[in-house]
Amino acid sequence: MERAIILLEDGKYFTGTPFGARGVRTGELVFNTSMTGYQEILTDPSYKGQIVTMTYPLIGNYGVNEEDVESRGPQVEGFVVRECCRYPSNWRATHSLDEYLREHDIVGIEGVDTRAVTRHIRSIGAMMCIVSSEDADLAELRRLLEEAPPYVGVDLVKEVTCGAPHRFDEEPLPPMGRGVMPEVPGPGKRPLRVVAYDCGIKRNILRILSALGCEVVVVPADTTASRVLQLGPDGIFLSNGPGDPAAVTYLIEEVAKLIGVKPIFGICLGHQILGLALGGRTFKLKFGHRGANHPVKDLRRGNILITAQNHGFCVDLESIASEVEPTFVNLNDGTLEGFRHRRYPAYSVQFHPEDSPGPHDAVYLFGDFIRDMRAWRGEAHA
Amino acid sequence: MPKRTDIRKILIIGSGPIIISQACEFDYSGTQACKALKEEGFRVVLVNSNPATIMTDPEMADRTYIEPITPEVVARIIEKERPDALLPTLGGQTGLNTAIKVAEMGVLDDFGVEMIGANYEAIRKAEDRDLFRQAMASIGLDLPRSGLAHTMEEARAVAAELGFPLIIRPAFTLGGTGGGVAFNAEEFERVAAAGLDASMISEILIEESVMGWKEYELEVMRDLKDNVVIICSIENFDPMGIHTGDSITVAPAQTLTDREYQLMRDAAIAIIREIGVETGGSNIQFAVNPDNGRMVVIEMNPRVSRSSALASKATGFPIAKIAAKLAVGYTLDEIPNDITRETPASFEPTIDYCVVKIPRFTFEKFPGADPTLGISMKSVGEVMAIGRTFKEALQKGIRSLEIGRYGLGSDRKELMSPRGLSTPEEREEALAVVREKLTTPNAERLYYIRYGFQLGMSSREMYELSGIDPWFLENIREIVEEEDRLRGCRLDDLSDEELFRAKSMGFSDVQLSFLLECEEKEVRERRRSSGIRPVCKLVDTCAAEFEAYTPYYYSTYEKEEEPLAGPHASASRPKVMILGGGPNRIGQGIEFDYCCVHASFALREEGYESIMVNNNPETVSTDYDTSDRLYFEPLTLEDVLEIMEREKPEGIIVQFGGQTPLNLAVPLMRENAPIIGTSPDSIDRAEDRDRFKALLHKVGLRQPENGTAMSFREALEVAHHIGYPVVVRPSYVLGGRGMEIVYDDAALEEFMREAADVSPDHPVLIDKFLEEAVEIDVDAVADGRDVVVAGVMEHIEEAGIHSGDSACAIPPFSLGEAMVEEIKEATYALARELQVVGLMNVQYAVKDEKLYVLEVNPRASRTVPYVSKATGVPWAKIATKLMIGKTLRELGITREVEIEHIAVKEAVLPFNRFFGVDTILGPEMRSTGEVMGIDRDLGMAYAKSQIAAGSLLPTSGNIFVSVKDGDKREIVHISHRLHELGFRILATKGTAEVLRRNGIPVEVVNKMHEGRPHVVDYMKNRQIQLIINTPSGKRPRSDQWSIRSYAVLYNIPLITTMSAARAALHGMESLLRRGMDVQPLQDWHGVRS
Repeated sequence: MERAIILLEDGKYFTGTPFGARGVRTGELVFNTSMTGYQEILTDPSYKGQIVTMTYPLIGNYGVNEEDVESRGPQVEGFVVRECCRYPSNWRATHSLDEYLREHDIVGIEGVDTRAVTRHIRSIGAMMCIVSSEDADLAELRRLLEEAPPYVGVDLVKEVTCGAPHRFDEEPLPPMGRGVMPEVPGPGKRPLRVVAYDCGIKRNILRILSALGCEVVVVPADTTASRVLQLGPDGIFLSNGPGDPAAVTYLIEEVAKLIGVKPIFGICLGHQILGLALGGRTFKLKFGHRGANHPVKDLRRGNILITAQNHGFCVDLESIASEVEPTFVNLNDGTLEGFRHRRYPAYSVQFHPEDSPGPHDAVYLFGDFIRDMRAWRGEAHA
Repeated sequence: MPKRTDIRKILIIGSGPIIISQACEFDYSGTQACKALKEEGFRVVLVNSNPATIMTDPEMADRTYIEPITPEVVARIIEKERPDALLPTLGGQTGLNTAIKVAEMGVLDDFGVEMIGANYEAIRKAEDRDLFRQAMASIGLDLPRSGLAHTMEEARAVAAELGFPLIIRPAFTLGGTGGGVAFNAEEFERVAAAGLDASMISEILIEESVMGWKEYELEVMRDLKDNVVIICSIENFDPMGIHTGDSITVAPAQTLTDREYQLMRDAAIAIIREIGVETGGSNIQFAVNPDNGRMVVIEMNPRVSRSSALASKATGFPIAKIAAKLAVGYTLDEIPNDITRETPASFEPTIDYCVVKIPRFTFEKFPGADPTLGISMKSVGEVMAIGRTFKEALQKGIRSLEIGRYGLGSDRKELMSPRGLSTPEEREEALAVVREKLTTPNAERLYYIRYGFQLGMSSREMYELSGIDPWFLENIREIVEEEDRLRGCRLDDLSDEELFRAKSMGFSDVQLSFLLECEEKEVRERRRSSGIRPVCKLVDTCAAEFEAYTPYYYSTYEKEEEPLAGPHASASRPKVMILGGGPNRIGQGIEFDYCCVHASFALREEGYESIMVNNNPETVSTDYDTSDRLYFEPLTLEDVLEIMEREKPEGIIVQFGGQTPLNLAVPLMRENAPIIGTSPDSIDRAEDRDRFKALLHKVGLRQPENGTAMSFREALEVAHHIGYPVVVRPSYVLGGRGMEIVYDDAALEEFMREAADVSPDHPVLIDKFLEEAVEIDVDAVADGRDVVVAGVMEHIEEAGIHSGDSACAIPPFSLGEAMVEEIKEATYALARELQVVGLMNVQYAVKDEKLYVLEVNPRASRTVPYVSKATGVPWAKIATKLMIGKTLRELGITREVEIEHIAVKEAVLPFNRFFGVDTILGPEMRSTGEVMGIDRDLGMAYAKSQIAAGSLLPTSGNIFVSVKDGDKREIVHISHRLHELGFRILATKGTAEVLRRNGIPVEVVNKMHEGRPHVVDYMKNRQIQLIINTPSGKRPRSDQWSIRSYAVLYNIPLITTMSAARAALHGMESLLRRGMDVQPLQDWHGVRS
């Protein structure tokens, strides 16, 4: 029987059998507690540099399809599951997970006691690891792991951002529609133009903005503020993305120039970038939030949202308390989940209102963004 | 929003007796709710007619009414108690329906009672087909298209609009009779006509067929601030068309992409908001077209349900408890998650294992019943199993069922043997059987899928025949392939890796021993020597993201053993393990769970750590806070030994969970398990025929003449020696399985032929049947030295009817004091001789003033909760304390409890689910549940028990009598009294003549073959309010059989014994004389509350 192994920075290792592509990969080992949505997780660029463990043991049940992708293809460095289903069943499935990972050269390992992995990360913290389905010599793997680039302090955005500005022109939404799109005012004089900084943007953000009637121009993360303004935006969007936000200094500097100039909405890494641009600090959580069941309270509306999350860093509210008011808080651990600038329409959330995968509870935030852009443009609220 | 302070007293309606489709899950939810509300300082008033529930324990509520759950009774309780609020969502459909009727009577308005949780409008909107349909349309959700029809013309019009195939559902029939599927116009003509005929109001619903679609359920919770969370998703293994209660179900959903799942979630949230369920849990069912993903809403239950109990056990999220707290004003973010403590209840549980629920059927108890599974529920219980894979959970689930299986095949019990077929013809024949079994849903389909693979069928073909999703089929295929790999290997040749792999796919040691041709013990020893052991993992609501404190475990073959969680990690208290009763089935149900729960409570009171092992998701025993630790596991020797090894308890209790743990007593003892209480040897002395005979001889007690036989010839000899009638039965069974009264050689021969496969290891027992004897049940507790009788119960029906199906009364109503004394003395002698420590049950018969011992069971009996409720003493708790070394004297229990009132227990039978099965009672138990009537005199207590059991004793109208010759003398007296009470007597010719000769006015009614209108016409026209019909022999399909079947169909009270007729007469007299009043248990027992 073929063997595969994951060796952690602290020397702990877990064994299993390979699936997907064969090879050796390094990355930060994290876990995600979503029971569905592995294809969206695989293709979320925010997982660049990470090896993802799924806590739900049966993965691949519904295969993969053409639609449920958040970027060009899988972005994770490696994928760790308890059981990979070889015989998927779903009317939309085109491939099995195994085939998909093989085709995209992603190393998978199954037969792993993923609960043990999760418990370990929960108690020690997320850390670097090496996964191998080729060479199980521990000493060699240990050496390779030591040589691997670190996760913290490294700019991973440049690995996933787009090469040049472009209009998002995909069909608004894949078939099946969606249940809970926010109601927004009619199209106005002309469509709203959103310039979206692509730090590894999830496609569903673009789909939602576009479905709400926005013209979206996606720009690389190193685009200057003046170039962005030349594009004539009604609002600026700061996307999700991988890695340590503090390492993306060029973007932080440009965003600082845009605050108060145009409405700004940030998600996840975009939220951290906005916080840093306001002069704040970010810190690393022990093992982050990754899943689709995190309760967040909307402090202004008073309701509770079940949110999709995927982040290992967090904005330190104290560091920007004078500039912003907190708008969302995580009910599990009290961490900051969103803030709004006290004077300008600049705000952001740590969680993922665009779901994919995850609940649609927070999708109304896109409606808020639309209204703010309208107001900034001087158009009356509908 | 904190808790409401404007309400202080809350009325909760329970769900009444255990019936098919309404079982222990509502005791579980009701108990949780009572506890939660009391914890919050509310005064709780409870009504439930089921004495075997934990919720009716007097300390669970402030005022506990064990009274019939009828709108009138609830109205009377409201009048008496003046509650501020009524919580209708915890007592199943019974609770909901009763609340609706009480509201419609105006009682809630009159007394200013607010319905909390779900109000009248919301319940109506969810329950009324039309209102629900409109509501769904208004939020843009899709439903199966449908139309109502009252005539064939209307029906054809609807059909023309919808297109085929169509489902036809007649309104107001029982058991889904008369419904069906039509694939074309010709079939439609036939099915629609039959449906219109079967419907009592001549109405059919014609619905677009979603049969074969995938079926899903979501458990949803909402709070007063409109926050909504999904607790659990459930995917049915069986497609639409099979009642979800009869379906194998899996949590979480397996084959939905996130996109599809989220759309379903959005729909569920929109539905609970639109219906307007303010707080608490609801269950919403969806169907999904496997070919294009089209999703339709099937229905919504605006209350906690069987599925929500399952969801609670599957995720660790206590839905009913949280629902109760939401109902009194808390919001989800204000309630902590008990399991993680630090996170709030406003989240969605995520799980890191697979949960499989499998229903338990008992068709063998109802010969003649249609065993096809369909839209009407037929299963009597269920098991849940947890594994890290579906394969592991499925096989664990199968071996939890206790149907003699240890997994999916390879367990010595085969329905067919595809591998042994040599000719193509045989193979074709086998294939035809498999195809048929897959096409027509049945309880064995799981096993036929395996045969299908063994015969080389593809999962595609089986999917097309059965509608079972290929994902499930492929998983089963992997099990079958693993089985093939193992078969023919030798244990010694198997590598550790291969063995581990088989174990992690759920193969039991028994299966492996079969495949590897060795003994189970050898497999166990090999595993132990190779260190291949299951590890325990935690059910924690959060997939290990947070530390969990609630010790709820399952075992799995994985790599890491989880340390004991939370505060118990360093506990040094002595541990006692309780083995539960497994799935509900006829003969073993909630009563045993009640005892196990009490054992756990008693242990905790005494400073012990209680460890519960059980696999029934409906029960209170599998609530995570009933015991210090809960293991959700199959109750087989292998599984129990593994937990024992891990926990190393000081004691194991096997006498409370019914036959399930009792069967493990001797095997466990051989493995040095520290079984406490009465010794397994004493149990054997009571069970083993010869030893029992010697025992009775030793203490000088009498038993009916008897003998044992291994063959028909031997049986014949014994029967002739004793003289007919005789009672014949296989040994070592509970619930009278296979027991019969035999009057002649021919019947004996037939029995012997059929008995052979009931219990092959044990002989057939033959006893003299004591005709017309009074039967007595006694429960007692003993500490090895002293004995106290808990209750002496006199059966209403004469001997020959299984004690579980017989009504009985405490205290005895017809026995003289001397006889009661004699019974007590006999009980003392038996308990002392058997060195009973804990509970003991004895069945006696009294004939011609002579006392006979029928049976001694040194264990908890079905009647323990009833006796406890009747006497106000928690006997199971006391017994537990005796088992850990206390004495009766220490506990201050030295004398029998004398009560002033009388409590009648009545059995509830499931005949309305099995139309066509004869309803006469016999020595084989067939009831699913029980109720209790409590009052000052026998008549009223009996009347209450009848009303509670759904048999509404009339106070006016017509009574139909038709009795066998032997009963004619007595029916004269009874009819005379009935006539005096103002009833009109109807009778068939023979009986009428006798009555008329005795001066009783009587109207003759035709038998069915005597022309119309005949007796069934009278029944259909509601011209008969009560039937007294004593059977004259075992002749199926006779006139009498039809009368009884129609009585069930039209819900007309039916009495089949003269003793019950006498009791009913008393009951009607009491009802007419003084009317029914209600009183809580606390008052009957003089407890101040």
